[in-house]
Amino acid sequence: MSNSTPQRTFDVEAIRRDFPILQKPLPKGLPVTYLDNGASAQKPQCVIDKESEVYENYYANAYRGVYRFGALVDEQLEGAREKARHLIGAKHVEEVIFTAGSTMSLNMVASGWGRRHLQPSDEILLNEMEHHANLVPWQQIAAQTRAVCRFIPLTADGRLDMTRLDEVLTSKTKVLTVTGMSNVLGTINPVKELAARAHAAGAIIVVDGAQSVPHLVTDVADADIDFLAFSGHKLYGPSGVGILYGKQALLAETDPLLTGGHMIDRVYRDRSTWAASPAKFEAGTGPIAQAIALGTAIDYVSGIGFDAMHAHERQLAAHAHQRLNEFRGMRIYGPSLEHKGAIISFAIDGAHPEDLAQLLDRRGVFVRHGHHCTMPLHDLLGVSATVRASFGVYNTLADVDALIEALEFALGRLRLA
Amino acid sequence: MTVAEELTIDELYEEFEELADWDERCDYLIDLGFNLPQLPDDVRTDENKVHGCQSNVWLVAEMKPTEPPTLEFIANSDAIIVNGLIAVLTALFSHQTPERVLEIDAQEVFGRLGLERHLSPQRRNGLYSMVDRVRQLAVEAAARST
Repeated sequence: MSNSTPQRTFDVEAIRRDFPILQKPLPKGLPVTYLDNGASAQKPQCVIDKESEVYENYYANAYRGVYRFGALVDEQLEGAREKARHLIGAKHVEEVIFTAGSTMSLNMVASGWGRRHLQPSDEILLNEMEHHANLVPWQQIAAQTRAVCRFIPLTADGRLDMTRLDEVLTSKTKVLTVTGMSNVLGTINPVKELAARAHAAGAIIVVDGAQSVPHLVTDVADADIDFLAFSGHKLYGPSGVGILYGKQALLAETDPLLTGGHMIDRVYRDRSTWAASPAKFEAGTGPIAQAIALGTAIDYVSGIGFDAMHAHERQLAAHAHQRLNEFRGMRIYGPSLEHKGAIISFAIDGAHPEDLAQLLDRRGVFVRHGHHCTMPLHDLLGVSATVRASFGVYNTLADVDALIEALEFALGRLRLA
Repeated sequence: MTVAEELTIDELYEEFEELADWDERCDYLIDLGFNLPQLPDDVRTDENKVHGCQSNVWLVAEMKPTEPPTLEFIANSDAIIVNGLIAVLTALFSHQTPERVLEIDAQEVFGRLGLERHLSPQRRNGLYSMVDRVRQLAVEAAARST
């Protein structure tokens, strides 16, 4: 079940050469220092080529045509689905559903499972580090079902306070939903332990894997995860496609969010019956070429090996922490390195994140600034905005140094050096 | 360095003509931003906030007893580059009658200054949110004086 056997030693320069967008210098000859992988990742040539291959050779709608192109597309699509199954350690390929992305997947669970199973006064257990995609849909469902949202307290260093879990995980909890890795703090959450605790309390566990699946080994069977969402575009795959994983028994008890073509068994004038999963949750025409190319992206990262990727990203995070802490007035949010992935959100006294991001852009360093779709977290941290550098498989130690030099430039311009 | 409150739009046109690219324009906006007078804390209220901006922006208008009465706009952001844009805005709209304020085509001016091209859509939205608030305050001022 391991996805972490590297087929070659980790060679970041070779990996970098796989990504055409990183080979082209910016105006004024600056190299690209892309540090916004938390928002989305760049694509290797093989993924770009795969999408083109579909359109140039055998594109057709999926599950419709018995003709040559239709058969080839189906084969490729089911091949990609099996690759996704293997990536996350799911037992059955019917448990893997192609969606438009993590946000769509989480909405499907909140609405499709939540509306069916949540009663007034039932509890949905969240926490304040969650991305809006794993907060807002649950707020909506709570309002509709009169369930109640509760929050696992966070520690001062931005981890879930597991010593206080019992205060909020009760016999009324029906859903515990949690991010595998915080998109702001980088915090890696103990999903296996949370799953065990949730099940003991009679609740299901939903994992937002948008940041964790691309950067850590994922094994939903081993961790006994009930639902998992992740996005293709953060896994070096195309935009517009993601995955929802759900245990077979739970998917059978989940209503489809979208209805229409392909997801039906039989349609009468006044009612319809549904197909089985995954078709049940794939109404209409999905992102066909993108889903196929996601399979290629999964092959690509599996070829590098998750252990090797994670070790590399850990090294980048350590170097970044060390160099960032050289700045006066620097504040890095989140836990210490052993509890986080390579996502570093920070603030520098007297420097507005918007100014920093704008000035860093002038040096070819691309970071995100703002609340990163985590307003409750930023409310808790007491800041309206932070700067975030998030690393991916093609980033290098030189990229970290470029970030530091760009920050020095920016602080100079802001008269804070 | 011309102090922001004395800066006129014609002076800005002159200055920007000398600036070759976004790097130089950005540096100039930062200089303008540093020279922008600070808004007192008691004016930085939710009521005075301009929505649609990424950073916090507060904007107020004061009617000056000139002949005829003119509007003075004072605004602040917590981001320096935005303060630079505010300085441009203030040079454009301040010391005009409310009616004149409403006649000014901000988009044309920002285009001439080369700012339209270099600002991201998000930043442009913020800038035009400020312009909308300026116009709204001018409408209110015009209504009060009739």
